[in-house]
Amino acid sequence: MIEVSGLVKVYGTNVALDNISFTAGEREIVGFLGPNGAGKSTCMNIMTGYLSSNAGTVKIGGVDISEKPDEAKKLIGFLPEQPPVYGDMTVIEYLDFVYELKGCKYNRKKHLDEVCKVTRISDVKKRLIKNLSKGYRQRVGIAQALVGNPKVLIFDEPTVGLDPKQIIEVRNLIRTLGREHTVILSTHILSEVQSVADRIIIINEGKLLADEKTENINRTINESSRYMVKICGPQREVLEALKSVSGVTHAEVSSEREKDSYTYHVESESGYDMRKNLFFAMAEKQWPVIAIEEESVSLEDVFIRLTDSKSSDLKAKGGKR
Amino acid sequence: MQAIYKREMRSYFTTPTGYIFAAVFLCASGFLFALCTLQMQTSDVSAYFQFLMYAYIIVIPLLTMKSFAEEKKNGTEQLLLTSPVSLTSMVLAKFLAAFTMFVGTLLVSSLAMAVLGLYSEPNWARVIGCTVGILLVGICFIAIGLFVSSLTDNQFVAAIGTIALLAGLVVVAIINGLIDNYFLRLVLDWISIYSRYMNFTYGIFDIASAVYYVSICVVFLFLTVRVYEKRRLA
Repeated sequence: MIEVSGLVKVYGTNVALDNISFTAGEREIVGFLGPNGAGKSTCMNIMTGYLSSNAGTVKIGGVDISEKPDEAKKLIGFLPEQPPVYGDMTVIEYLDFVYELKGCKYNRKKHLDEVCKVTRISDVKKRLIKNLSKGYRQRVGIAQALVGNPKVLIFDEPTVGLDPKQIIEVRNLIRTLGREHTVILSTHILSEVQSVADRIIIINEGKLLADEKTENINRTINESSRYMVKICGPQREVLEALKSVSGVTHAEVSSEREKDSYTYHVESESGYDMRKNLFFAMAEKQWPVIAIEEESVSLEDVFIRLTDSKSSDLKAKGGKR
Repeated sequence: MQAIYKREMRSYFTTPTGYIFAAVFLCASGFLFALCTLQMQTSDVSAYFQFLMYAYIIVIPLLTMKSFAEEKKNGTEQLLLTSPVSLTSMVLAKFLAAFTMFVGTLLVSSLAMAVLGLYSEPNWARVIGCTVGILLVGICFIAIGLFVSSLTDNQFVAAIGTIALLAGLVVVAIINGLIDNYFLRLVLDWISIYSRYMNFTYGIFDIASAVYYVSICVVFLFLTVRVYEKRRLA
């Protein structure tokens, strides 16, 4: 449904996108993951025809967006970072405007009612958009993208600025939409793409780091597990003991400390649960373990692991970086 | 294109913009009419129309300042630019909406001419000539205003920029009288919006001037389209 190949975008001397290529099939949810300023928005803006690229092509449903923009744009529903809504219009007036703008030919009332129902904005239809909360505005933005039932939906950071309940609602909505549309969403929150997307594309500094199925990414992330452990006992000796526990690959002292306990970060081999070993080893020495907590993996960790694995792959193939 | 035109027209009436424009326009024209014809006890309207052009320097930017600047600021231009509508139709729709507002208000202000006709016998050829002239100047100014509005995301900057540009174009005519160099005068005279307008106020329908105004309008609308094209490539 979407074919992006060799996209390059340069702003002055700053390379915003460096040879990005990927594809997305029908009814697939693809998550764009990367920190702020990674090039996610630039890429999405090029895919929707808002910006042009210095090199490379974008094809939506086989139509090149730079050659036949009007035809390609008809296939896309786009929600930019800031929902493109007019405060001086009511929700239904606005959707009516978008309907005409996109030149749709459905039963207007039925179609717009359906869009409102899916995005759950039917109860605010007659209110001015400027009086709506951020969450509702975001949903009006999503509704706008759905008008005309486009095959491809592109959402740029759809959950930014929403409260936790709204975030869950929007994620559920995206999952539902993915059953009938090709959805591309961008985010800088790892758990978000993990919970929504079928495939994850990781971008950093304009470069594509990974393009993998979500379960494969999860596997990479979970290859080694990190734990936060609190132990009462003499710091140096405890650390030595931790390092010698079977299954532990790395241990270090954290700056955090309570009255008589120190906190340690411990990493273990992939797929090996060393927590019992650790407990018995400490029990033997009479150093009480007062907490073991699994540490969540941050986006930075993922980047480090992916870049590390990439460079080691290259080294293994005898390539140069 | 129709959708954008309709939305634009609606926004003139659902926000204060349209009302402020109409109010300032009608106040200025009413005041000038009273000053130039009623006070002077004359049915000659050329002075009124000459001054009306100066008033446009302030009035027209009120109409055009938010056209593109506001869209950019609110991020709604992303909706317009990613929808299956060409840049030319987008710019034309905005222009036509501003033009409709302008013509509507101009017609209301022309009631003054009807009043004049009731109590005296004005030279109708001159009245019509002047009205056509001011209409042409109007479309020219609107196109310039839209162009400046497309350059910024701040309405205020757009307004001030347009006023400066329009005032500059009119000042060219005034400087013209002070220059000795014949060729420079010829060139300045040629580009001056003001001096071409004078023919209309004398009751002469000058086809060359009409073409000139329409061309200026087209050039600035084209430049507005180019601004958007360039931004896409940036």
